[in-house]
Amino acid sequence: MTPGGWIVMILSVSSVLSLLTFCLYRVLRLPPIDLQQHLKGPLEIDTRDTEDAD
Amino acid sequence: MAANQVREHWGSRIGVILAVAGSAVGLGNFLRFPGNAAQNGGGAFMLPYFISLLVLGLPLCWAEWTMGRYAGTRGCNSAPAIYTMLWPNRLSKYFGSLAILIPLVIYMYYVLIEAWCLGYALNYLTGDLMLGSDADSYQAFFVSFVGAEADGALLAEGNRRWLLILFGVFVFNFALIYRGVNKGIETFCKVAMPVLIVLGLVVLVRVLTLGTPDPNHPERSVIGGLGYMWNPQAEKLWDFETWLAASGQIFFSLSVGFGIIVNYSSYLSREDDLALSGLTSSSMNEFFEVCLGGLITLPAAFIFLGAIDPEMVQSSFSLGFQTLPNVFAMMPAGRFFGFLWFFMLFVAAITSSVSMLQPVIAFLEEGFGLRRHASAAILGLLSALGCGFVLYFSENLVALDMLDFWVGSVLLFLLALIQAVLYGWAFGIERGDEELHRGAHLRVPRVVQYMLKYVVPVYLTVIFVGFCYFNVGDKARAISQKPVAMASIFFIAILLGFVMILVHIAGRRWEAEGRFDNIPD
Repeated sequence: MTPGGWIVMILSVSSVLSLLTFCLYRVLRLPPIDLQQHLKGPLEIDTRDTEDAD
Repeated sequence: MAANQVREHWGSRIGVILAVAGSAVGLGNFLRFPGNAAQNGGGAFMLPYFISLLVLGLPLCWAEWTMGRYAGTRGCNSAPAIYTMLWPNRLSKYFGSLAILIPLVIYMYYVLIEAWCLGYALNYLTGDLMLGSDADSYQAFFVSFVGAEADGALLAEGNRRWLLILFGVFVFNFALIYRGVNKGIETFCKVAMPVLIVLGLVVLVRVLTLGTPDPNHPERSVIGGLGYMWNPQAEKLWDFETWLAASGQIFFSLSVGFGIIVNYSSYLSREDDLALSGLTSSSMNEFFEVCLGGLITLPAAFIFLGAIDPEMVQSSFSLGFQTLPNVFAMMPAGRFFGFLWFFMLFVAAITSSVSMLQPVIAFLEEGFGLRRHASAAILGLLSALGCGFVLYFSENLVALDMLDFWVGSVLLFLLALIQAVLYGWAFGIERGDEELHRGAHLRVPRVVQYMLKYVVPVYLTVIFVGFCYFNVGDKARAISQKPVAMASIFFIAILLGFVMILVHIAGRRWEAEGRFDNIPD
């Protein structure tokens, strides 16, 4: 394996691992999502059609 | 959708990330990527590869997440409805036909490949795949196993055992999809993705500790294998085909343009994060591709077989189902690791195939007000017909190859292009940027929006034209020479026509309901 091969391999693998670690660290530190937010039926969706009601 | 029906939703943030990553991670990560890299400059391939990821892959991925969540929070989950919500025009829903057709057709042949993987894993358990060091015996096994010797070969006596595996895999996919987004797809991916990582790491450790198994060939070592994959050939950077291969690899690998991400993200709520979730799922896909696919497949093959015939490397099927079994036969504890490897491919494939069914289910539910069991039954019948077509016309895998090329490649490019234009020019990058950052836990640079509007459509067009230039000639010749190839084209055309009629009927229904009369900003 040439020095160029080592450099490319280490750079590629470490970049991907760093990015994945950063993302997972950020995601797993976030508070759990509010399930009530997800249980909206279509009738509860805010269509903004009452915003100018006045 | 009935007004009193509870909206489908994801149960957790990590659940949707794993589901999207599971959709993207498939055979391409472990077989197509290393083959592509080795054929196109080794380590030098990584420069255009990462540039394509930044310029094409990630922006398209964020755009799909954004469009899906925007339309989903306004009650749309299927591509025809989502596109109409983004671009209120009578024609827009018909573009959504492609986002129904593509996952449906890909599922029809992908489920067969999935069954091959499980079949190979089971053959390792029984020891039937330990055929010694003769490369031809693995080719013969594959040809017989997939019925490539003649049309209808798989239905002949003696080959029918494999059909049971296919039936089981088919039913398993539908069992998952029937349970819904949260209880089916999400629950499965939360188990399958960690299992996939563990299996991949076990195989990786095995490969990296092989040393120099044959003293007569001291060059065939782990370091030599890594060099075979990663040594850069700088001159290849000046070759257009290298850039084309790298862009194509990113495009196919991230599952953009399938219509799956827009559907998945439509089940998110208004304040859910898109930016960080999109980046996390993409980086997870990159982990499987670069860190596992890049370090396992070709190094393992080189250690036992030396430099491999370029034609074998170029074809994922040859590399995965003929070369690697030969490698496992020579590897210490090869039977066990062969089983692990093919079981890992099976798990990777099933997380992808299950994601292909959801966009179609969503359309049947939304377009015709069907309940899940009815839409799953209709989809089951449709996909079984297509699967039967590919299964029967198995000679030289012509039908599979045709569907994969014209739908899994050409139409996929078209749909991605349509989505990029829809996002940049119809939906608008101002609205897109605002929507992407609503509830976001990561700031995406503004330049990404400009890339989506100006660079991505041009970039995609260039790749598409290049792809067609290098590939369409052979495939078009096949249509005129092989009746099965012609039949495959008819099959695609009839199915597309059928889907467009369904979309038309659904559109009439939505118009009558006044669904898009007052589209909010």
